[in-house]
Amino acid sequence: MMAAGANVLAVDGLSVAFRTRAGTVAALDRVSFTVGKGETLALVGESGSGKSVTAYALLGLLDAAGRVTGGSASFEGDDLLRASPRELASIRGRRVGMIFQNPRAALNPIRPIGRQIADVLRRHAGLGPRAAKAAAVEKLREVGIPDPARRAAAYPFELSGGMCQRVMIAIAVAASPALLIADEPTTGLDVTTQAVAMDIMARLAAENGMGTILITHDLALAAERSQRIAVMHAGHIVEDAPTAELLAHPRHPYTRGLLAATPTAAGTLDDLHSVPGGLPDLRRADLPPCRYAERCERRVPGCDDPLAWRELTPGHLVACWNPA
Amino acid sequence: MAGLLLRLAGSLPALAAVIVVTFVLTRVLPGDAATYFAGPTASAESIAQIKAMLGLDRPLPEQFWNYIVALFHGNLGMSLTTGQPVLTDLAARLPASAELTLCGLFVAIGIAVPLGIAAAVRQGKMVDHVCRVLVTAGVSLPVFFTGLLLVYVFYFRLSWLPAPLGRLDAFASPPPTVTGFFLIDAAIAGEWETWRSAAAQLILPAATLGLFALAPIARITRASMLAVLGAEFIRTARASGLSGVTVIITYALRNALLPVITTLGMVFSFLLGANVLVEKVFAWPGIGSYAVEALIASDGAPVQGFVLTMAILYVLLNLTIDMVNRALDPRARRGS
Amino acid sequence: MKGLAAPLRHARFVVTENPVTGFALALFILFIVAAVFGPSLAPHDPLASNTAQALQPPSGQYWFGTDQLGRDIFSRALVAARLDIGIAAASVALVFAMGGFAGLASGFFGGWTDALVGRLSDTIMAFPLFVLAMAIVAALGNTVPNIVLATAIINFPLYVRVARAETTTRRDAGFVDAARVAGHRDMGVLLGQVMPNIMPLMVVQMSLTMGYAILNAAGLSFIGLGVRPPTPEWGIMVAEGASFIVSGEWWVALFPGATLMVAVFCFNLLGDGLRDIVDPRRRT
Repeated sequence: MMAAGANVLAVDGLSVAFRTRAGTVAALDRVSFTVGKGETLALVGESGSGKSVTAYALLGLLDAAGRVTGGSASFEGDDLLRASPRELASIRGRRVGMIFQNPRAALNPIRPIGRQIADVLRRHAGLGPRAAKAAAVEKLREVGIPDPARRAAAYPFELSGGMCQRVMIAIAVAASPALLIADEPTTGLDVTTQAVAMDIMARLAAENGMGTILITHDLALAAERSQRIAVMHAGHIVEDAPTAELLAHPRHPYTRGLLAATPTAAGTLDDLHSVPGGLPDLRRADLPPCRYAERCERRVPGCDDPLAWRELTPGHLVACWNPA
Repeated sequence: MAGLLLRLAGSLPALAAVIVVTFVLTRVLPGDAATYFAGPTASAESIAQIKAMLGLDRPLPEQFWNYIVALFHGNLGMSLTTGQPVLTDLAARLPASAELTLCGLFVAIGIAVPLGIAAAVRQGKMVDHVCRVLVTAGVSLPVFFTGLLLVYVFYFRLSWLPAPLGRLDAFASPPPTVTGFFLIDAAIAGEWETWRSAAAQLILPAATLGLFALAPIARITRASMLAVLGAEFIRTARASGLSGVTVIITYALRNALLPVITTLGMVFSFLLGANVLVEKVFAWPGIGSYAVEALIASDGAPVQGFVLTMAILYVLLNLTIDMVNRALDPRARRGS
Repeated sequence: MKGLAAPLRHARFVVTENPVTGFALALFILFIVAAVFGPSLAPHDPLASNTAQALQPPSGQYWFGTDQLGRDIFSRALVAARLDIGIAAASVALVFAMGGFAGLASGFFGGWTDALVGRLSDTIMAFPLFVLAMAIVAALGNTVPNIVLATAIINFPLYVRVARAETTTRRDAGFVDAARVAGHRDMGVLLGQVMPNIMPLMVVQMSLTMGYAILNAAGLSFIGLGVRPPTPEWGIMVAEGASFIVSGEWWVALFPGATLMVAVFCFNLLGDGLRDIVDPRRRT
């Protein structure tokens, strides 16, 4: 399959199921998107919509109950979904970096931060202990940590949340990956620190041509920091368009609801009240083909047909039978 | 260094409590020492005489003061059974108990920690079920009974190991004393025949103690490892592509060991108690069997000395655990 | 009584879901029957010696064999259930009352009550527990009530901790304040509002410590404290059988020891099962 030459990652039809006591849950259903070189794609949706599951599935980090049931994820010539655990372990951290929310908890509490960066460098850059130590200090400097040589010996509990997030970024990009997945990287940080962290990521993306998947529930952040936005709802990508286009001409009723709720795109999805209802219970046997149908004010009889993604204008995909 | 002194000071209340309680138990409560010393046929008069001799007719505060002064002079009284000062007896027998207890602890840790890790890493699999059964069965084992079972199987039935009669077989003589630990002293002296004899005698009692201490250690290792494996920083380590060994040993285990080390305090409490029973089963010449003999002979001073020794050992062990914990956990080190 | 339906349903679920708990329950009933009716069920007189029949291996007549005095080990092990379980039950009941009340008061009043109870617990915890029990029995005198007391004392800190933690949670939950505002006196609130709420966990604690209490009492008897021969008691019987192990008469120690072990095992399993019923979150 020849994707556009500049794509770092092309995900096609990714489906994930979780076994639960109440049966199997189709947590992701035919998720498709691409990330270009140097491009930032924002995956936007309410919590529980499947954003993080998408990231974990790509990296082979789903917990034991989850299983990829279909699709492919073409990444620099490899299919991430078909890679062996061994291959995945050498891709993770080296070619794909990942940043987690709650940076303090995401760092080993009893290992100096310099050592944690050095661990990644020793594994992926083939450095010896001494060289890795020196390189770790350099990485700390790159993410703007003052006095990095001294801070390398610090433990996470001795650093502020913002500093921890910088360390997290340093770990994720230590081996200069081609793709960075940032899962809610700004949650819990104050506004200034948020901007600093995002600036660092943007700079690294620009310098190395690194593609970024920015997972967030913060529409304002996505609008400001991404080139494309893919809106997720209950395991479906319901709309996928260039950021400016999506903000100007939202076509899916759910996206419109989101934007109407935050006309200036300055709010977050947490304080949305005007999108009626909540996410449907995915364990239900009678789940409609369009999982938004029951919340939708534009519902038409055709909505009971199988869900399909249509390209309404070039580069603007919508999964809706009655788009605005 | 200042930290060390601070920790030492921190264990002073526990030491004080131990000293007060042993005093109360031996001097204040009805079953009094003079009756022990005088023997069952003593007249009221001779009891009064012995009371005066021992200073038991003085007011309690004065008795307490004398008791503390005696303690600081290392005077724990005389043993009627051996005719020796209790301190001398205890000092001579302590290495035997220490060697046995430490070997038992090493056996327990050597089995329980890997088992707990394996059970947590392969949760719900065979090894996990084995661990669960062992843990539940382990806490139900009367330690004196498992000791006897092991003797029956490995001595009487299989003849693999020597009779449960002390630290050496009848033909071996103890190595020149350096540490009092036969395994170490025999190695220092190069007496390998003695070493083998001492090791053979040690296997069963150490295994008995080890089996006993295994359950709590395996249980806490499994639980703490499970908690750590679910932690976010382990997900980070995996997402960074670190190797399985690095993730499980360097990242997960080091964190999981902190609660395990804290729990060792409780394990030592059990172990020191179980030690008494195991020493009786294996005729082990340690301070536990010394105390049991004294108890049967109603010999008060050795019992008191034994309780005091055990309690002080326990306080010191807890202190050690605390220090190890601080060495391993930067949060405990720099937090306070 | 409507409030009881859900826990009962849950209890039935736990027993049927986990056959081990059901098995433990059956064993428990067996031991209780032995403890209550033991003497009348025993096929032989547990104290009658018969040197002609000394050290007989297990047979149709003597299921567990006979000891060095020709006494029937099965009858002795059966009759001993009352004493062993009785000692454990009495000590657990005692510590439930002492530790429960101390923990309740400590968590409810705080301040110097809390400090005092805490000091007391710390003092007990400063000793290896079995050694402390030995010391208490040695000091107070070698009798069964003193074994009960010693076993209760060494469990005291555990009960205090559970009761105190629960009480503190309830106090902070605010409904105690509500009761106070409504004009109830401190003691009334303590006994009427707080105690019923901490009961379930305390009962779980009791069943979890029963096994340990049995082990402790048997251990003390094994080294010659407490119960004296010829009274049938599992610890003493194992001690008496110990010297025959090395000459191959395994049954003298094995059967009492195994009975003791199964009893402890049964109480531990039951405790775990009960905890799952009362407090499903704490499963490990």
